[in-house]
Amino acid sequence: MFRRRFILDTTALAAGILLPPARLFAAADRELPAGTVAASSLHALAGKQPLIKRSFRPPNYETPVDYFRHPYTPNDAFYVRWHTGVPDVALAEWRLRVTSSPNGTARDYTHAGLLKKFRLHEVAAVNQCSGNRRGLFKPHVPGVQWGHGAMGNARWRGVRLKDVLADAGLGANALEVVANGADAPMLAGPDFVKSLPMAKALDRDTLIAFEMNGEPLSNWHGFPARLVVPGWTATYWIKALTDLRVLDQPFDGFWMKTGYRVPKATFGPSGFESQDTGQTSAITAIRVNSLIVAPAPGATVPIDFLTELLGIAWDGGSGIRSVEVSLDDGASWRAATLDRDIGRYAWRHWRFPLRPQQAGAFTLMARARARDGSTQSDTLIANPAGYHHNVVQRVEYHAA
Amino acid sequence: MPHERGSGLLLAGCLLAFPLALAADESSVVLAEGEGKVQVQAFCSMCHSVDYIVMNSPFQDAAAWERSVRKMVTVMGAPISDADAAIMVRYLSKHYGPEVASATQ
Repeated sequence: MFRRRFILDTTALAAGILLPPARLFAAADRELPAGTVAASSLHALAGKQPLIKRSFRPPNYETPVDYFRHPYTPNDAFYVRWHTGVPDVALAEWRLRVTSSPNGTARDYTHAGLLKKFRLHEVAAVNQCSGNRRGLFKPHVPGVQWGHGAMGNARWRGVRLKDVLADAGLGANALEVVANGADAPMLAGPDFVKSLPMAKALDRDTLIAFEMNGEPLSNWHGFPARLVVPGWTATYWIKALTDLRVLDQPFDGFWMKTGYRVPKATFGPSGFESQDTGQTSAITAIRVNSLIVAPAPGATVPIDFLTELLGIAWDGGSGIRSVEVSLDDGASWRAATLDRDIGRYAWRHWRFPLRPQQAGAFTLMARARARDGSTQSDTLIANPAGYHHNVVQRVEYHAA
Repeated sequence: MPHERGSGLLLAGCLLAFPLALAADESSVVLAEGEGKVQVQAFCSMCHSVDYIVMNSPFQDAAAWERSVRKMVTVMGAPISDADAAIMVRYLSKHYGPEVASATQ
């Protein structure tokens, strides 16, 4: 176990050191706002590799795309996103309070108590910020101006949320489960609190996780416990979890009813109908997407020599059916080779042989299709908060 | 694997000993000089580093900056008077608005 950790960390370290800064930034920079590029820098938080700093406080740090070569994103290179200050929870004092119905009694669990009472379960899943790629929206919309790296793939380990809820006793009219963490709002702002519909809360893969990639969560990632909601965007993956409360009516906190909303007509049913209004839904499942990892966009590729294109593809949990690549502006598409399936909520690596025959610039497009039949969007689907950017990527290379 | 669980707990204890370097380098962010900088620096940095402003530029016009400042007051509880808010919006649209981008291109 320790040996495996050591290897993982060394790989991450090597990747960090070998990459020239220019290459860490290049891909998204041409599309990001000029101010974003000017304000971003490589900066290492305590215990982390240098990541792309979008904001110091609260800490919003993006993973350089090159790390996505790893099947599982190294913990010390995993993106960091907070709405508030980062809590520093003492394990001995930490309790998870579960209130099973509106007027029900609260039950407190210690870390040791949870581990002793419930079976551990592990799930490989992509954790993607709702606003990943917001910085690539045209026209730009306000918010954290993420490039491609507000996401990562990890093995999450913990107890099932449904087991804990069953133990606490579910009320007959349970509609939503409200989750809160140890973080506190600035000034008089709304506390960051989210809810889940019962179907998702009771899903066998929804966890109260203590570990990612075989290590305890660091404070950056929600020590000592966070929700893991595979297939749904990271806004639901409440970090430093302290409270769970079952409601018999829709939760009306700001971060549910006002924040993290998408136009209903544009994106279709959310799977969280108790949070629907006439016009909008809560953002829920991750939409099918793909990303080219290597060679880095803009790189020079040798003529008449085999270069392997490497990418990732993922969706909200149906799994990836195919990835296709086009070298003629979308007129024709050829299938990429998919790597081993490491779980339907995880991303899937794919490869495509490149062998340019003549010198000069060429454009390449990649498009993923999920097992549920959905595919990436050809054009940007505008929405006010800049969510669900899954436009087919176009990258340029130079053959020489 | 029970032995994994054990080592995990040990490591968890170690992690708590790490000091978290919050806001370590935000003083490196320098805003443009001009009327309203004092208010922007004072009020905005009560809750967040001011790289948020640079990051969200230069695509926000006066109306968009007005919405941003208004949101901070009405939703996030920033204690900014209407007079100060107006000064801040003027500063933000002058130095971090789309006009700046076109003027320097």
